[in-house]
Amino acid sequence: MSTIRNMALAAVLLVLGGGPALAASEADYKAALAAAESAEKDAATLRNRWTTTESALAAAKKAAATGDFEAATASAKQAEALAKASIFQASSEKERWKDMEIR
Amino acid sequence: MRARTIILTAAAALSTAALACFAASAIAAPDTIDPVADAKAFRKYFTDKFPKVKLNDFVNGPYSMNADMRKQWEDMEQFPPYEFALEAGKEMFSKPFKNGKTYADCFSNGGIGIRQNYPYFDEKEGNVITLELAINRCREVNGEAPLSYMKDEMASLTAYMAYTSRGKPMDIKIPNDPRALAAYEDGKRYFYTRRGQLNFSCASCHVQSAGEHIRAETLAPALGIMNALPIYRSEWGGMGTTSRRLVSCNSQTRAVPLEPQSDEYRDVEYFLSYVANGLPISGPGSRP
Repeated sequence: MSTIRNMALAAVLLVLGGGPALAASEADYKAALAAAESAEKDAATLRNRWTTTESALAAAKKAAATGDFEAATASAKQAEALAKASIFQASSEKERWKDMEIR
Repeated sequence: MRARTIILTAAAALSTAALACFAASAIAAPDTIDPVADAKAFRKYFTDKFPKVKLNDFVNGPYSMNADMRKQWEDMEQFPPYEFALEAGKEMFSKPFKNGKTYADCFSNGGIGIRQNYPYFDEKEGNVITLELAINRCREVNGEAPLSYMKDEMASLTAYMAYTSRGKPMDIKIPNDPRALAAYEDGKRYFYTRRGQLNFSCASCHVQSAGEHIRAETLAPALGIMNALPIYRSEWGGMGTTSRRLVSCNSQTRAVPLEPQSDEYRDVEYFLSYVANGLPISGPGSRP
């Protein structure tokens, strides 16, 4: 029974996801930017920011300034993904650096 | 259904046991910090990898492992590109501050022939002190504004001071102080840690790929890499300090560089200088 319910839910999500994308609003952009900046702040705490994250954040703000919230949201989401990748890198390298050590 | 539950429970138990064993072994065998063994292994790695390169020649970076580049460099050394910086540095070094004192008053032996002892661990302060940091502290204590750590005057001053130490063996001490060992270990960790979107560590280029090419550049071996600093780089069109070298390396991996003379940069300089103990100072250097 639960399998059927899950399949139905997946189908609904698929239909929704496959439909025409709604244009991103300023609110969408602000939410995406907040998430990206929060992740980048965590990366900074780990001393591992990436230049590409900073570029994506700058691109998001630049697009938002011209009112292009579609592009701004896309760049903010990209920045968040990059920041999260840098956090993952810093976390995994806490021990993995030893694999490279000359012994 | 019951069989599935039993299998899943058994798998979970096995995973937990495996993790526990791993954790126990990690706790049972903690990594010890042994700079002497590190330096020995570091040297062996490079001498094994490049058996034709003489030990002291590693300080000449890419020129030690590429005959064509070496020939060009030797010709260039007749009129080296760092010469202007050297002269400027000599003049700055001897010019008195507004209070009448000079750099010579801040350093042992009047600042001449001491490059090989930097960086050192200051036990009073509990920090690694690099030559660049010491120069700015000297200025500040004498009422002068600090210099940029990246190039220009700082590069000229360190070029002159390095020149007065040319040929002297690097002589970095790690005092019997847990903080000094921790700084050394932190520097080592920084050296081997991957960073930036390109997922490169310092070692990716200067250990694993030393002697190989990235585009037209021959990657220098990490052994003795600090001995040649500061350097004139054609790529920069001018002189650069150790700080500049580290900042630009970080940028090239698409990592946001740290602030010059941050703890991490001073610690990695401490590590790299220590493992090059005994190799001669060759700075100021020139690189493509």
